Amino acid sequence: MDHQPIFDASEIDDLLNGQRDGRADSLMGVLEEVQARYRFLPKDALILISERMGIPLSQTYGVATFYNAFSLEPKGRHVISVCTGTACMVRGARKVLERISEKLGVQPGETTEDGQFTLETVNCLGACALGPVVVADGAYSGEMTGAGAEALLREVVAEVEKA
Amino acid sequence: MTRVETPDDLYRLQQQLKAETDPDQPRISVCCGTGCRVHGSMDVIQAFREEINGRRLSGKVEVVGTGCHGFCEKGPVVVLKPSGVFYEGVGVEDVPEIIVETMMNGAVIDRLVYTDPLSGDRVVHEHEVPFYQKQKRLVLDLNGDIDPTNIEDYIAFNGYAALSKALLQMKPGEVIEEVTQSGLRGRGGAGFPTGVKWRLCREATGDVKYIVCNADEGDPGAYMDRSIMEGNPHRVLEGMIIGAWAIGASQGYVYIRNEYPLAVENLRIALRQAEECGLLGHNILGSGFDFTVQIRPGSGAFVCGEETALMASIEDRVGEPRPRPPYPAVSGLWGKPTNINNVETWANVPIIIDRGAEWYSEIGTDQSKGTKIFSVVGKINNTGLVEVPMGTTLSEIIHDIGGGIPGGRECKAVQLGGPSGGCIPSAHFDVPIDYESLQELGSMMGSGGMVVCDEDTCMVEFARYFMDFVQQESCGKCVPCRLGTRAMLEVLTRITQGEGSEGDIEYLLELGGQIKESSLCGLGQTAPNPVLSTIRYFRDEYEAHIRDKRCPSHVCKALIQYTIDVDKCTGCGRCLRSCPVEAISGAKKETHVIDQEKCIKCGTCLEVCKFDAVVVE
Repeated sequence: MDHQPIFDASEIDDLLNGQRDGRADSLMGVLEEVQARYRFLPKDALILISERMGIPLSQTYGVATFYNAFSLEPKGRHVISVCTGTACMVRGARKVLERISEKLGVQPGETTEDGQFTLETVNCLGACALGPVVVADGAYSGEMTGAGAEALLREVVAEVEKA
Repeated sequence: MTRVETPDDLYRLQQQLKAETDPDQPRISVCCGTGCRVHGSMDVIQAFREEINGRRLSGKVEVVGTGCHGFCEKGPVVVLKPSGVFYEGVGVEDVPEIIVETMMNGAVIDRLVYTDPLSGDRVVHEHEVPFYQKQKRLVLDLNGDIDPTNIEDYIAFNGYAALSKALLQMKPGEVIEEVTQSGLRGRGGAGFPTGVKWRLCREATGDVKYIVCNADEGDPGAYMDRSIMEGNPHRVLEGMIIGAWAIGASQGYVYIRNEYPLAVENLRIALRQAEECGLLGHNILGSGFDFTVQIRPGSGAFVCGEETALMASIEDRVGEPRPRPPYPAVSGLWGKPTNINNVETWANVPIIIDRGAEWYSEIGTDQSKGTKIFSVVGKINNTGLVEVPMGTTLSEIIHDIGGGIPGGRECKAVQLGGPSGGCIPSAHFDVPIDYESLQELGSMMGSGGMVVCDEDTCMVEFARYFMDFVQQESCGKCVPCRLGTRAMLEVLTRITQGEGSEGDIEYLLELGGQIKESSLCGLGQTAPNPVLSTIRYFRDEYEAHIRDKRCPSHVCKALIQYTIDVDKCTGCGRCLRSCPVEAISGAKKETHVIDQEKCIKCGTCLEVCKFDAVVVE
């Protein structure tokens, strides 16, 4: 996959040498930084982190695969999250999710072939008055319908193509 | 920032801040909670600032961006003080008019005024809005008044006075006694008496003790903790510092959901300011007591709301629960005595210390004291946060405060307590709510998410949704939860797909009972509740799916059909153009027809039809 960010061991070294704020001793803190930088956790990074921090690789792998925030596959450059919390579901989030899934041609949790979009679901954003809620790259849109989601998606795609 | 070294310093700062505040000075309070931000409140606040500068009113009119006011239905919410004029749905374009007409000329702008959905009355002032009138706001009281990113706002409203009182006038044992006497019980769901928990941890032996604020508010549909942290983070911190002192803890953690970026940010700011002020750190208020707090963002695992899983996550391990005992009070974080309370519980502590256990315990019912915040969401007119005394009835919350159901529809049930809770049908809406009464009804307090369902909610599909949720979030450590929830989900999915068979209901009941009894932690022990409670109250809906292959609420795709009413269809072509699979045909101005072979039942035609011609049955 050519869109995969290139893993750079020296960057991990920088991270581990304390060039980050706060959680110098925290495995999850380091993994969060790596995830943020590469949009996934490269295998070589996990090995290196385990070695340098003196943590068994099994434990690092366990943590990396347990939490939703971490991914072993590269995530898309743009993340579309559909809230599937109860309030959004009662207000029709399923239709919204189905429509976006159909339009992007991926199932929730998957990334489009070109590496541009990842479709995710989130359990609740606590913005229940706005339900159904869709978040595109951190920007919230509320009171979504199937048609509304399609329009939103068109806007996001247009932005991406322009950039 | 002024550093306070002694209780006297704090008192002087408080007096000084109060003296500087003129209660009659015009103040524009703009809600900047997550909900209102989506509706553009940050632009509105910017527009107010520019307008005020442009009119040379700076210094005369203050603009404050507050946390969530809790009335989330139609943001951005703006309150003008001291008059209390309340506007909703305010846009940037309304700003100049508000300044000129309302602030300067005292005139009310009709189109921004709130209309009560029940009576149709226009309500001009915040205190007259029925949504607020019937609440008792102890924890949320300052959310509409203070800037959560400015510690001095909180101090000016007597913030940290309870901490000062605890450190200066009370012994740790007295603080614990006060909390015990108040009757405060855990607001995270289980309702364990807070004072008892504190005492256990205080009495446990250990050189180091920890306290934790559980801010991993994972129950979908619950967002009171988010709003407390966004709107008044210092109250949570104050509660934690008082608790730490009473218990003898030196280090605290806030384990907070990463899905709440604004709450994380406001909490970080609050921590930094409290440290700079000398209210956190070394020798707090000259008492000799040292205490620091660290934030640990969660990484997206529902089970981490369970206390033993949460601790594992703080320790950088996989967030799997472990059997109790030993309880965290004896052996918690890194094997040390640890006390864990949720956000709302901590936020109640300063109120109890400040006003006294006697005063606090007069609020509520025999067994459940104080107030509880519910997030009333779903099919309800006034979506928002409702803080009421324990013992308030569901009917009061849904009808009097929530303003009833949109579109004049019937309320079928409310779901309380998220994936661990259960549905309560409208026949029981007059029961006063407390921890015990909800349990008797087959539900639970949970964290207070209250999802209102109308006739369009299929209770079988609703139960399936929750089972799908817990099945995905089950950590997999114990078999009953890992496999049992999967088996239940499979049966429920079959039923909603029209493939249910006789005996399914009995099987669900039996399996549900076993999972409850044999699961390791609270997630599994409560996972069957949504299914069991819907079978208890809506068995007829299950039977309709299984026997008649019919979904009474017209939700389950396999059991419904979309058709076009010949009499109502005008042949406008909207549905034809919108159908994603080209299943609709018909010439212009002639009745359209849906090809059932092609139809994927997405409901788009129903959504776009302006003549109610699309029928689902």
